[in-house]
Amino acid sequence: MLADFLQYDFLRHTFLTGILIGIIAPLLGTFIVVRRLSLIADALSHVTLAGIAFGMMMEKKFAVTFLTPFYSGMAFSVLGSILIEKLRGVYKAYQELAIPIIMSGGVGLSVIFISVADGFNTDLFNYLFGSVSAVSQNDFLLILVISIIIVGVVALFYKELFTLSFDEEHATVSGLHAKRIHLLFIVLTALVIAASIRIVGVLLVSALMTLPVAASMRLAKGFKQMMFLSVIFGELAVMIGLISGYYLSIPPGGTIVMVSIVILLLSIGIKKLRPNLSKVRESE
Amino acid sequence: MTIPVVSMENISFAYEEKTILENVNLEIPRGAFMGLVGPNGGGKTTLIKLILGLQQPNQGSIRILNQPVRQFRNWNKLGFVSQKANAFNRGFPATVFEVVSMGLTAKVGYLKFLTKKHKEKIMQAIDQVGMLEYARENVGNLSGGQQQRVFIARSLVNEPELLILDEPTVGVDQENVKRFYDLLHQLNEERGITLLLVTHDTGIMTEHATDLVCLNKTLHFHGEPEVYTSLSGEDLSRIYGHPVNIVTHNH
Repeated sequence: MLADFLQYDFLRHTFLTGILIGIIAPLLGTFIVVRRLSLIADALSHVTLAGIAFGMMMEKKFAVTFLTPFYSGMAFSVLGSILIEKLRGVYKAYQELAIPIIMSGGVGLSVIFISVADGFNTDLFNYLFGSVSAVSQNDFLLILVISIIIVGVVALFYKELFTLSFDEEHATVSGLHAKRIHLLFIVLTALVIAASIRIVGVLLVSALMTLPVAASMRLAKGFKQMMFLSVIFGELAVMIGLISGYYLSIPPGGTIVMVSIVILLLSIGIKKLRPNLSKVRESE
Repeated sequence: MTIPVVSMENISFAYEEKTILENVNLEIPRGAFMGLVGPNGGGKTTLIKLILGLQQPNQGSIRILNQPVRQFRNWNKLGFVSQKANAFNRGFPATVFEVVSMGLTAKVGYLKFLTKKHKEKIMQAIDQVGMLEYARENVGNLSGGQQQRVFIARSLVNEPELLILDEPTVGVDQENVKRFYDLLHQLNEERGITLLLVTHDTGIMTEHATDLVCLNKTLHFHGEPEVYTSLSGEDLSRIYGHPVNIVTHNH
């Protein structure tokens, strides 16, 4: 089944990229989910769409070729993430407001850029739902670099990210620089989203960050275990989703998400069958 | 005379025109077990935030371990167990060990990892609060009293000189409240940790505290708990602005 993926260059790049995003998306997703920021991924993916549309418009209307939609999407995503952090500071009591503001802004810009770039086309369809054939060698190399940076930063700042996610007040009292770490984290999130969009698509990228985590949360004891399980579930979903998407001629975004949902349902089922898996609430 | 752990001189603090604290002078002597009582909105939480450096006074000076609070950097010498600790996200998948390890995050510092020695310290702190057998359990599955002890362990792992607790027994059942105070008593007596405890329960303070402070914008009382409970209802009504009943605990 894997033969085609090994034989054709474009498929090989897609496959290797899939392995990478199967690691980095759930890895950051664990922090996003426990910080109750699942919707931020959605907001950022829509900003990324605006960036992609911007890149397409520049290509078509102004013949600017050095700024491919992939790069401009990434740039927009990072800018959007910084804006979200700023907005969360402005609306301290209603931090979730940042999400609809950025999300609608992203969609609004996308509509404008898309119509200036003469409307819908196959390319855009690929960006929305993912594609098995969209990853070029350059894209792959950039995603490889991003993945190395992300895994490295998460490893180096693991205890800070973990401490802040659990109890921000305590972390700040003990002297952590909450703001800087948040900013670092959200910029990483933006990079992961931009990197994943080629394969899963704008509309479904947040699922890859949250569904594997939702599944492992049911089963794991402790945070590290949850992280580990999330990555395994993420990899499973990407691999099965990519291969089945290719053979069934369905955009991989759809198949990857459906595999994730099956894994999620299984994990809920397992927990139901073994309800005592992690209950210890004994008397003191 | 030994240097007090905290000394506040002439502290005033206002929040958007509303005066919360006015001319507060307070010293927390080393080794004290100080209870902080007072009506809601009387400034108890603000006082703690000032000590923790989370807010700056409009007037007056605060010294922590003989250093002005603005220059104080050794924050891990101050442990803090908040009221909200009990209202944390119960679904958060962290083991007792992981929660306690967070106490060391700032101390260990950026770009460094926990060593074997740190891990031993974490286990010691868990042992001190009697939670060793739960070290690998998810903290969300424990009872309220057990969780509160885990949060104390998170502070203990830094070997703090002062432990501040903001109404730590809210939501803990009566039986375990007693065990909780026994633990605090032990930390105070045996390990010499200075305690500052915000509470509504003046009755239980008479049993454990060495000092009792009553705060309502200004300091209304600072002395031994026995003296406070012997105050007449009239005196207390004056402090609280409404009639007060003291519930005594006879253990």
